[in-house]
Amino acid sequence: MVAHPDIETVWQWLDEVPDPEIPVISLVDLGIVRDVAYSGNVLSVTLSPTYSGCPATRVIEQDVRNALGAHGVEQLVINQQISPPWTTDWMSEKGKTKLREYGIAAPSAKGQPEACPLCSANGVSLVSQFGSTPCKAHWRCDTCHESFDYFKCI
Amino acid sequence: MRDPLFEFLLRQGDNTLILSHRISEWCGHAPVVEEDIALANIALDLLGQTQMWLGLAGEVEGMGRSSDDLAMLRDAWDFRNAILVERPNGHFGQTMMRQFLFDAYHVELLSELVNSSDARIAAIAAKSLKEVEYHVERSATTIIALGDGTQESHARMQAALDNQWTFAGELFETDAGDETLNETGIAPLPSSLRSRFDARAKAILGAATLAIPETSFAHSGGRSGKQHSEHLGHLLTQMQWLQRAYPGATW
Repeated sequence: MVAHPDIETVWQWLDEVPDPEIPVISLVDLGIVRDVAYSGNVLSVTLSPTYSGCPATRVIEQDVRNALGAHGVEQLVINQQISPPWTTDWMSEKGKTKLREYGIAAPSAKGQPEACPLCSANGVSLVSQFGSTPCKAHWRCDTCHESFDYFKCI
Repeated sequence: MRDPLFEFLLRQGDNTLILSHRISEWCGHAPVVEEDIALANIALDLLGQTQMWLGLAGEVEGMGRSSDDLAMLRDAWDFRNAILVERPNGHFGQTMMRQFLFDAYHVELLSELVNSSDARIAAIAAKSLKEVEYHVERSATTIIALGDGTQESHARMQAALDNQWTFAGELFETDAGDETLNETGIAPLPSSLRSRFDARAKAILGAATLAIPETSFAHSGGRSGKQHSEHLGHLLTQMQWLQRAYPGATW
């Protein structure tokens, strides 16, 4: 049997693959990597789509393939798993912090942004529940009047 | 008779596919950019749901047909969507009224399907429900804003409701196949969803100051495939154009 990279190393590699729509966070931050396992020498990575029609799903598969390929992984199977459905609760704290720094309000249990990600003021108003990508809503700050994306809870 | 499970899955996938195509026709044409983006996003959600429903339909049928094959290589008589979703968009208010009527049904259906005895159906429903809860929230808010808006918007929304209400009834039509699926706990009887749909419709349309037409008549023929409206064929010629012109073309 050929030695293969351990599971923890693979997770670290996946944590370096950026989300194609929001490149400041990784696929692991986003919480869409459900499982990494070996079956013999074949590495299997299980992903969950964020939204069922998310156009990035295919791109993400290819990115995972490319990234792991660059680390020498040759035998790879990628599975898509829809159950249990992906939830923003699976997003990492590191990911949420990076989102805010990038100007996107992180998902909040309140069901709306905690504060404006640009000026930190608390008063914000909903513009539309649908934003620039399926996973985001469009909000506006009542203080600085800038509009911003909010990663909505699902 | 056809396999009721296959028929059921086609009905789910065809409803989401045809409505997705219809609302994607707004892309680049909506009254304001936020609405344009919202409609495109909802079309995308519905298209993703279509892939899951028709993917499972192909699996259940066992003839090797993929979700793409089912979407692109069938003609009008093999589609099982309700007539409501194939009707032309009309003006923005008309589109949003159709969306609300469908969303209000869709959310009740999916809320039941998450408990389906078929784990594959329950999984698709759980994934879809999270998206559809946002759809109905938005369509309801828009209906209220336009119905209880200006004299002009109110009149247009009332006309949109009068025009489309009799197409909503088909969503709750129940046949022998539905009875079979209900007995095995796979899917609820469509007729059992009607009272909760009516309650929501009454509340939202009431808040929109719109009057529900006093008729129990319902158009029929889409979900059975017996008689679609003339609009479906036109929609398919556009949606399926590439496969019709270049059979077997792939990316």
